[in-house]
Amino acid sequence: MSTQRICAKFAALKRANRAALIVYIMASDPDHETCFEILKGLPEAGADIIELGFPFTDPMADGPSVQKAGLRALRAGGSLRQTLDLARRFRETDADTPLILMGYANPIESMGYDAFAANMGNAGADGAIVVDLPSEEDAPLREAFTKHDLSIIRLATPTANDQRLTKVLDGASGFLYYVSVAGVTGASAATTGAIETAVARLKRATDLPIAVGFGVREPVAAAAIARHANAVVVGSAIVDEIAIGEPAKAVERVLRKVRLLSEAVRSARALEGTPA
Amino acid sequence: MDARRNWQDLPDSEGRFGVYGGRFVAETLMPLVLDLERAYRQAQADPGFAETMAEFWTHYVGRPSPLYFAERLTAHYGGAKIYFKRDELNHTGAHKINNCLGQVLLAQRMGKTRIIAETGAGQHGVATATICARLGLPCVVFMGATDIERQKPNVFRMKLLGAEVRPVTSGAATLKDAMNEALRDWVTNVADTFYCIGTAAGPHPYPEMVREFQSVIGREARAQILLREGRLPDVVMACIGGGSNAIGLFHPFIDDEDVRLIGVEAAGRGIDDRFEHSAAINGGRPGVLHGNRTYLLQDADGQILEGHSISAGLDYPGVGPEHSYLHDIGRAHYLSATDDEALAAFQLCARLEGILPALEPSHALARVGDVAKEVGRDGLIILNLCGRGDKDVFTVADALGVTL
Repeated sequence: MSTQRICAKFAALKRANRAALIVYIMASDPDHETCFEILKGLPEAGADIIELGFPFTDPMADGPSVQKAGLRALRAGGSLRQTLDLARRFRETDADTPLILMGYANPIESMGYDAFAANMGNAGADGAIVVDLPSEEDAPLREAFTKHDLSIIRLATPTANDQRLTKVLDGASGFLYYVSVAGVTGASAATTGAIETAVARLKRATDLPIAVGFGVREPVAAAAIARHANAVVVGSAIVDEIAIGEPAKAVERVLRKVRLLSEAVRSARALEGTPA
Repeated sequence: MDARRNWQDLPDSEGRFGVYGGRFVAETLMPLVLDLERAYRQAQADPGFAETMAEFWTHYVGRPSPLYFAERLTAHYGGAKIYFKRDELNHTGAHKINNCLGQVLLAQRMGKTRIIAETGAGQHGVATATICARLGLPCVVFMGATDIERQKPNVFRMKLLGAEVRPVTSGAATLKDAMNEALRDWVTNVADTFYCIGTAAGPHPYPEMVREFQSVIGREARAQILLREGRLPDVVMACIGGGSNAIGLFHPFIDDEDVRLIGVEAAGRGIDDRFEHSAAINGGRPGVLHGNRTYLLQDADGQILEGHSISAGLDYPGVGPEHSYLHDIGRAHYLSATDDEALAAFQLCARLEGILPALEPSHALARVGDVAKEVGRDGLIILNLCGRGDKDVFTVADALGVTL
């Protein structure tokens, strides 16, 4: 079911001639139930694909926003197990929206790669991005994922030459996540021109859909990327919405932000060439 | 032990020591890590690089460090003869500078123009700042805000040496968070920056590279003991935080299967499920952190625990991957000593030998009596006295209830 769910989603988007909005939130941020409410509301608010982060004490590739989200989640009792539980509950409410887990290797090592893949399959999650498992190190995960028909989402970066890109693409499935700037999540964004060039290069190298993330915060920036890439990922700007006001209104704030981003992404190609 | 020929050959081409080590870094850093490995191999093959290192060792660091017979300590325990490898006499007061010298010279060779480092107690930060001052390179040291408060003299030392000390407030604001922040800086400044890691850990090639730079300790000790005693020692021992001083001492003896290798971890307030210790091997289990697979202090979900040691230099939840491997195959043995035992050994060494050891090697000193008795009167032990205790006088006074 799982790699198919991602493929089906991108096929449908292609027919509709628009890019996907991929929304990242951290599991158990600010607590399990609020997070579940957000998760449940995301598809209706316009998230085409969801990345659900699982918290880790040492998120070495994340900027301050996602770091803080992780600390909130850990304080609320968040864990990889809780993340899988949220995934399972989400899947009971939504059959079509691909759900990608994202985080660091150690909680997975601790659970065991086979157990992780089996649990993901049971929960109805579709793939994973493991930030500190480059292709050199993800053989055990690949093996377990193949068995359970799950996707390994690989990252391509501005620091990769052609040789490196070949290595990254070998074993990649689902979609390719282009990290648009060398830096941590939530860092300053790359220029539209640089992203356009990079996406064109990646499209020559692979048939996988290209998602672009890191540093995308506002609807205008998301729309600019949506004209060229197959998907736009927004993370830090979403988790910031949880932190900035009353906890009681966190669900409302997040979903409002997602609606604004979604609207921009959905109309991006239709409005192409028209004056801003 | 038939596999021993392989020990010198490790890590393999993927940076593995058995299942340990590796390159568990974000994809953005992979090209940099591979590039570093290429540059390191070229430097290794260039006699000019070794000559430059040797020049600095002799005239700047003060190597070789003496191998000293600790006569009164030996008599006190009444067992094997105890020798100290006196790396505390190096410039900046610890073994750390051996590694910093190598890495910063390599950085210069690679055309990097900015050096970053993490530090816990400040010793690696001071050593890095020292070499950067000498070579005229800007240096940024990441240090946990909690540690900055605990280690004020070293913070000021680094500033005097021209380094920028950047406080880290993320996570628990200690050494592991400083390392996270250094990695975040590196991933952001990919073109001009060299990350000088302070111990034999991190992504490949760091564990191997740091080991090679620190192996000067063991090479000297081996030659010195042969000259002094006409034979190899029965035991070489050292304290283990990340374990760079230990691996530097162990490695030149690794194929001498009659030489026992003993590491001593920090047992803090005792090794139990409160995790008030820093004994990753004795009280942790394998996992992935900071670029390598190794023994770690972690909870059931794989979240990293802070740990504790009276010695800031041992206060780290992991250990270098080669030690994890040497432990699993039984080539090295890892003991532990508590805060209180280290404190007692610190005082004993001061009174009997007129040497204030750092709190880190005080952990090895705390076990040397047991080992000396077990080996017996005919035996020989080399203990790496890897740092001096001047930096620790405030901590020790505090622990003894003395107000300075």
